[in-house]
Amino acid sequence: MADAKESAGGLRARPMMPRPLSPHLSIFRPYINMTMSILHRVTGAANYFGSLLLAAWLISAAASDSWFGTVSWAAATPVGLIVLFGFTWSVMHHLLGGIRHFIWDTVHGFERGNVRLLSWLTLLGSLTLTGLIWAAAYPVWENLIWGKFL
Amino acid sequence: MTGYRTPLKNVRGLGSAKRGTEHFWLQRVTAAANIVLIAFLVYTALTLAGAPKPEVKAFFSQPIAAVFGVLLAISVSVHMRIGMQVIIEDYVHGASKVPMLLLNTFFSIFVGAATVLAVTKLFLGV
Repeated sequence: MADAKESAGGLRARPMMPRPLSPHLSIFRPYINMTMSILHRVTGAANYFGSLLLAAWLISAAASDSWFGTVSWAAATPVGLIVLFGFTWSVMHHLLGGIRHFIWDTVHGFERGNVRLLSWLTLLGSLTLTGLIWAAAYPVWENLIWGKFL
Repeated sequence: MTGYRTPLKNVRGLGSAKRGTEHFWLQRVTAAANIVLIAFLVYTALTLAGAPKPEVKAFFSQPIAAVFGVLLAISVSVHMRIGMQVIIEDYVHGASKVPMLLLNTFFSIFVGAATVLAVTKLFLGV
Protein backbone atom coordinates (compact mmCIF):
# COMPACT_ATOMS: atom_id res chain seq x y z
CA MET A 1 0.00 0.00 0.00
CA ALA A 2 2.89 2.32 0.81
CA ASP A 3 4.28 1.64 -2.67
CA ALA A 4 1.06 2.77 -4.29
CA LYS A 5 1.26 6.11 -2.50
CA GLU A 6 4.90 6.58 -3.44
CA SER A 7 4.28 5.88 -7.12
CA ALA A 8 1.56 8.49 -7.14
CA GLY A 9 4.13 11.04 -5.95
CA GLY A 10 4.32 12.72 -9.34
CA LEU A 11 0.62 13.56 -9.19
CA ARG A 12 0.67 15.20 -5.75
CA ALA A 13 -1.10 18.27 -7.08
CA ARG A 14 -4.25 16.26 -7.47
CA PRO A 15 -5.93 15.11 -4.23
CA MET A 16 -5.61 11.37 -3.60
CA MET A 17 -8.86 9.65 -4.51
CA PRO A 18 -9.86 6.43 -2.71
CA ARG A 19 -8.36 3.67 -4.82
CA PRO A 20 -10.31 0.55 -5.69
CA LEU A 21 -9.50 -2.39 -3.43
CA SER A 22 -8.98 -5.89 -4.70
CA PRO A 23 -12.15 -7.91 -4.70
CA HIS A 24 -12.69 -9.84 -1.50
CA LEU A 25 -15.33 -12.23 -0.14
CA SER A 26 -18.17 -10.57 -2.03
CA ILE A 27 -17.10 -11.85 -5.46
CA PHE A 28 -16.91 -15.51 -4.47
CA ARG A 29 -19.77 -17.93 -4.67
CA PRO A 30 -19.76 -19.73 -1.31
CA TYR A 31 -18.03 -23.08 -1.51
CA ILE A 32 -18.35 -25.74 1.15
CA ASN A 33 -14.61 -25.61 1.92
CA MET A 34 -14.82 -21.84 2.33
CA THR A 35 -17.78 -22.22 4.68
CA MET A 36 -15.93 -24.91 6.67
CA SER A 37 -12.84 -22.71 6.86
CA ILE A 38 -14.88 -19.87 8.33
CA LEU A 39 -16.68 -22.27 10.67
CA HIS A 40 -13.34 -23.65 11.86
CA ARG A 41 -12.35 -20.20 13.06
CA VAL A 42 -15.80 -19.44 14.48
CA THR A 43 -15.96 -22.73 16.40
CA GLY A 44 -12.39 -22.22 17.60
CA ALA A 45 -13.35 -18.84 19.04
CA ALA A 46 -16.51 -20.33 20.55
CA ASN A 47 -14.49 -23.12 22.17
CA TYR A 48 -12.14 -20.47 23.57
CA PHE A 49 -14.98 -19.08 25.65
CA GLY A 50 -16.58 -22.50 26.09
CA SER A 51 -13.50 -23.54 28.05
CA LEU A 52 -15.00 -21.40 30.81
CA LEU A 53 -17.93 -23.85 31.03
CA LEU A 54 -15.61 -26.78 31.67
CA ALA A 55 -13.51 -24.72 34.08
CA ALA A 56 -16.62 -23.55 35.96
CA TRP A 57 -17.88 -27.12 36.36
CA LEU A 58 -14.55 -28.47 37.67
CA ILE A 59 -13.83 -25.45 39.87
CA SER A 60 -17.31 -25.58 41.41
CA ALA A 61 -16.92 -29.30 42.12
CA ALA A 62 -13.62 -28.54 43.84
CA ALA A 63 -15.02 -25.50 45.65
CA SER A 64 -18.25 -26.19 47.56
CA ASP A 65 -21.67 -27.85 47.47
CA SER A 66 -23.41 -24.53 46.90
CA TRP A 67 -21.17 -23.58 43.94
CA PHE A 68 -21.56 -27.05 42.44
CA GLY A 69 -25.31 -26.79 42.96
CA THR A 70 -25.45 -23.45 41.18
CA VAL A 71 -23.46 -24.69 38.18
CA SER A 72 -25.47 -27.93 38.00
CA TRP A 73 -28.71 -25.97 38.16
CA ALA A 74 -27.58 -23.58 35.40
CA ALA A 75 -26.51 -26.50 33.17
CA ALA A 76 -29.94 -28.11 33.55
CA THR A 77 -31.93 -25.04 32.52
CA PRO A 78 -33.24 -24.85 28.93
CA VAL A 79 -30.65 -22.19 28.10
CA GLY A 80 -27.94 -24.24 29.78
CA LEU A 81 -28.83 -27.34 27.77
CA ILE A 82 -28.89 -25.39 24.50
CA VAL A 83 -25.49 -23.85 25.30
CA LEU A 84 -24.06 -27.27 26.17
CA PHE A 85 -25.49 -28.76 22.98
CA GLY A 86 -23.98 -25.95 20.92
CA PHE A 87 -20.66 -26.31 22.75
CA THR A 88 -20.66 -30.05 22.03
CA TRP A 89 -21.15 -29.42 18.31
CA SER A 90 -18.60 -26.62 18.29
CA VAL A 91 -15.92 -28.82 19.88
CA MET A 92 -16.71 -31.78 17.59
CA HIS A 93 -16.68 -29.56 14.52
CA HIS A 94 -13.37 -27.95 15.42
CA LEU A 95 -11.94 -31.38 16.23
CA LEU A 96 -12.88 -32.83 12.85
CA GLY A 97 -11.82 -29.61 11.10
CA GLY A 98 -8.44 -30.05 12.78
CA ILE A 99 -8.18 -33.62 11.52
CA ARG A 100 -9.02 -32.33 8.01
CA HIS A 101 -6.19 -29.84 8.35
CA PHE A 102 -3.87 -32.66 9.49
CA ILE A 103 -4.71 -34.52 6.27
CA TRP A 104 -4.02 -31.37 4.25
CA ASP A 105 -0.75 -30.88 6.19
CA THR A 106 0.48 -34.13 4.64
CA VAL A 107 -0.24 -32.67 1.18
CA HIS A 108 -3.06 -35.12 0.57
CA GLY A 109 -6.67 -34.46 -0.32
CA PHE A 110 -6.16 -31.29 -2.33
CA GLU A 111 -7.92 -32.50 -5.48
CA ARG A 112 -11.07 -30.47 -5.99
CA GLY A 113 -13.40 -33.40 -5.36
CA ASN A 114 -11.50 -34.45 -2.25
CA VAL A 115 -11.48 -30.93 -0.84
CA ARG A 116 -15.26 -30.86 -1.14
CA LEU A 117 -15.62 -34.39 0.21
CA LEU A 118 -13.45 -33.69 3.28
CA SER A 119 -15.35 -30.45 3.92
CA TRP A 120 -18.74 -32.16 3.76
CA LEU A 121 -17.46 -35.02 5.93
CA THR A 122 -16.40 -32.47 8.56
CA LEU A 123 -19.92 -31.09 8.78
CA LEU A 124 -21.72 -34.44 8.61
CA GLY A 125 -19.25 -35.96 11.07
CA SER A 126 -19.62 -33.19 13.61
CA LEU A 127 -23.42 -33.38 13.47
CA THR A 128 -23.29 -37.18 13.78
CA LEU A 129 -20.89 -37.14 16.73
CA THR A 130 -22.96 -34.48 18.49
CA GLY A 131 -26.08 -36.57 17.95
CA LEU A 132 -24.38 -39.71 19.24
CA ILE A 133 -23.04 -37.98 22.35
CA TRP A 134 -26.44 -36.51 23.23
CA ALA A 135 -28.16 -39.79 22.47
CA ALA A 136 -25.79 -41.51 24.89
CA ALA A 137 -26.59 -38.86 27.50
CA TYR A 138 -30.34 -39.11 26.88
CA PRO A 139 -31.13 -40.71 30.28
CA VAL A 140 -29.63 -37.61 31.92
CA TRP A 141 -31.59 -34.96 30.09
CA GLU A 142 -34.87 -36.70 29.25
CA ASN A 143 -36.38 -35.78 32.63
CA LEU A 144 -35.13 -32.24 32.28
CA ILE A 145 -37.15 -31.44 29.18
CA TRP A 146 -40.26 -33.62 28.98
CA GLY A 147 -43.05 -31.81 30.78
CA LYS A 148 -40.85 -28.88 31.65
CA PHE A 149 -40.38 -26.91 28.49
CA LEU A 150 -41.53 -29.29 25.79
CA MET B 1 18.33 -12.11 -2.39
CA THR B 2 20.26 -15.18 -1.30
CA GLY B 3 23.69 -13.68 -0.80
CA TYR B 4 23.34 -11.77 2.44
CA ARG B 5 23.30 -14.57 4.98
CA THR B 6 26.40 -16.06 6.44
CA PRO B 7 26.77 -19.83 6.07
CA LEU B 8 26.22 -20.16 9.82
CA LYS B 9 22.88 -18.35 9.52
CA ASN B 10 21.78 -20.64 6.72
CA VAL B 11 22.73 -23.72 8.68
CA ARG B 12 20.77 -22.55 11.69
CA GLY B 13 17.78 -22.01 9.42
CA LEU B 14 16.25 -19.41 11.68
CA GLY B 15 15.69 -16.53 9.26
CA SER B 16 15.67 -12.87 10.11
CA ALA B 17 12.99 -13.11 12.78
CA LYS B 18 14.98 -15.76 14.70
CA ARG B 19 11.93 -17.93 14.87
CA GLY B 20 9.37 -19.18 12.42
CA THR B 21 7.71 -22.48 12.75
CA GLU B 22 7.37 -22.96 16.52
CA HIS B 23 3.98 -21.31 16.49
CA PHE B 24 2.72 -23.50 13.65
CA TRP B 25 4.28 -26.61 15.16
CA LEU B 26 2.98 -26.03 18.70
CA GLN B 27 -0.51 -25.56 17.28
CA ARG B 28 -0.18 -28.98 15.58
CA VAL B 29 1.33 -30.69 18.65
CA THR B 30 -1.44 -29.45 20.94
CA ALA B 31 -4.04 -30.26 18.25
CA ALA B 32 -2.82 -33.86 18.09
CA ALA B 33 -2.86 -34.10 21.89
CA ASN B 34 -6.32 -32.57 21.98
CA ILE B 35 -7.75 -35.36 19.79
CA VAL B 36 -6.97 -37.85 22.57
CA LEU B 37 -7.80 -35.43 25.38
CA ILE B 38 -11.18 -34.45 23.92
CA ALA B 39 -12.02 -38.15 23.65
CA PHE B 40 -11.27 -38.30 27.38
CA LEU B 41 -13.46 -35.24 27.93
CA VAL B 42 -16.38 -36.83 26.07
CA TYR B 43 -15.97 -39.99 28.16
CA THR B 44 -15.81 -37.88 31.34
CA ALA B 45 -18.84 -35.82 30.40
CA LEU B 46 -20.91 -38.90 29.58
CA THR B 47 -19.80 -40.58 32.82
CA LEU B 48 -20.44 -37.58 35.05
CA ALA B 49 -23.34 -35.76 33.34
CA GLY B 50 -25.88 -35.06 36.03
CA ALA B 51 -23.76 -36.79 38.65
CA PRO B 52 -23.66 -35.45 42.22
CA LYS B 53 -20.47 -33.92 43.57
CA PRO B 54 -19.15 -37.03 45.40
CA GLU B 55 -19.17 -38.94 42.08
CA VAL B 56 -17.19 -36.17 40.41
CA LYS B 57 -14.67 -36.30 43.26
CA ALA B 58 -14.48 -40.08 43.09
CA PHE B 59 -13.92 -39.97 39.33
CA PHE B 60 -11.01 -37.54 39.59
CA SER B 61 -9.51 -39.41 42.53
CA GLN B 62 -8.41 -41.94 39.90
CA PRO B 63 -4.82 -41.02 38.95
CA ILE B 64 -5.41 -41.63 35.24
CA ALA B 65 -8.43 -39.34 35.18
CA ALA B 66 -6.57 -36.63 37.11
CA VAL B 67 -3.56 -36.80 34.79
CA PHE B 68 -5.77 -36.58 31.71
CA GLY B 69 -7.69 -33.70 33.27
CA VAL B 70 -4.48 -31.76 33.94
CA LEU B 71 -3.12 -32.50 30.46
CA LEU B 72 -6.44 -31.43 28.92
CA ALA B 73 -6.30 -28.10 30.76
CA ILE B 74 -2.68 -27.43 29.72
CA SER B 75 -2.97 -28.53 26.09
CA VAL B 76 -6.27 -26.74 25.51
CA SER B 77 -5.11 -23.49 27.12
CA VAL B 78 -1.92 -23.44 25.02
CA HIS B 79 -3.85 -24.30 21.84
CA MET B 80 -6.55 -21.71 22.40
CA ARG B 81 -4.03 -19.00 23.25
CA ILE B 82 -2.20 -19.49 19.94
CA GLY B 83 -5.46 -19.70 17.99
CA MET B 84 -6.93 -16.54 19.49
CA GLN B 85 -3.59 -14.77 18.97
CA VAL B 86 -3.90 -15.42 15.23
CA ILE B 87 -7.50 -14.17 15.20
CA ILE B 88 -6.50 -10.97 17.04
CA GLU B 89 -3.55 -10.41 14.71
CA ASP B 90 -5.85 -10.82 11.71
CA TYR B 91 -8.63 -8.47 12.79
CA VAL B 92 -7.35 -6.07 15.45
CA HIS B 93 -5.08 -3.23 14.36
CA GLY B 94 -3.96 -0.10 16.12
CA ALA B 95 -3.79 0.74 19.79
CA SER B 96 -5.93 -2.10 21.11
CA LYS B 97 -3.93 -4.90 19.47
CA VAL B 98 -1.20 -5.37 22.08
CA PRO B 99 -3.55 -5.05 25.09
CA MET B 100 -5.79 -7.68 23.51
CA LEU B 101 -2.84 -10.00 22.91
CA LEU B 102 -1.89 -9.61 26.58
CA LEU B 103 -5.47 -10.17 27.67
CA ASN B 104 -5.59 -13.32 25.55
CA THR B 105 -2.44 -14.66 27.22
CA PHE B 106 -3.69 -13.86 30.71
CA PHE B 107 -7.14 -15.35 30.04
CA SER B 108 -5.71 -18.58 28.64
CA ILE B 109 -3.24 -19.01 31.49
CA PHE B 110 -5.93 -18.20 34.05
CA VAL B 111 -8.39 -20.77 32.67
CA GLY B 112 -5.62 -23.38 32.42
CA ALA B 113 -4.24 -22.74 35.91
CA ALA B 114 -7.66 -22.65 37.56
CA THR B 115 -8.69 -25.92 35.89
CA VAL B 116 -5.42 -27.62 36.87
CA LEU B 117 -5.89 -26.49 40.46
CA ALA B 118 -9.50 -27.74 40.49
CA VAL B 119 -8.55 -31.16 39.12
CA THR B 120 -5.66 -31.37 41.60
CA LYS B 121 -7.96 -30.54 44.51
CA LEU B 122 -10.52 -33.12 43.34
CA PHE B 123 -7.75 -35.71 43.03
CA LEU B 124 -6.40 -35.03 46.49
CA GLY B 125 -9.92 -35.03 47.94
CA VAL B 126 -9.17 -32.15 50.27
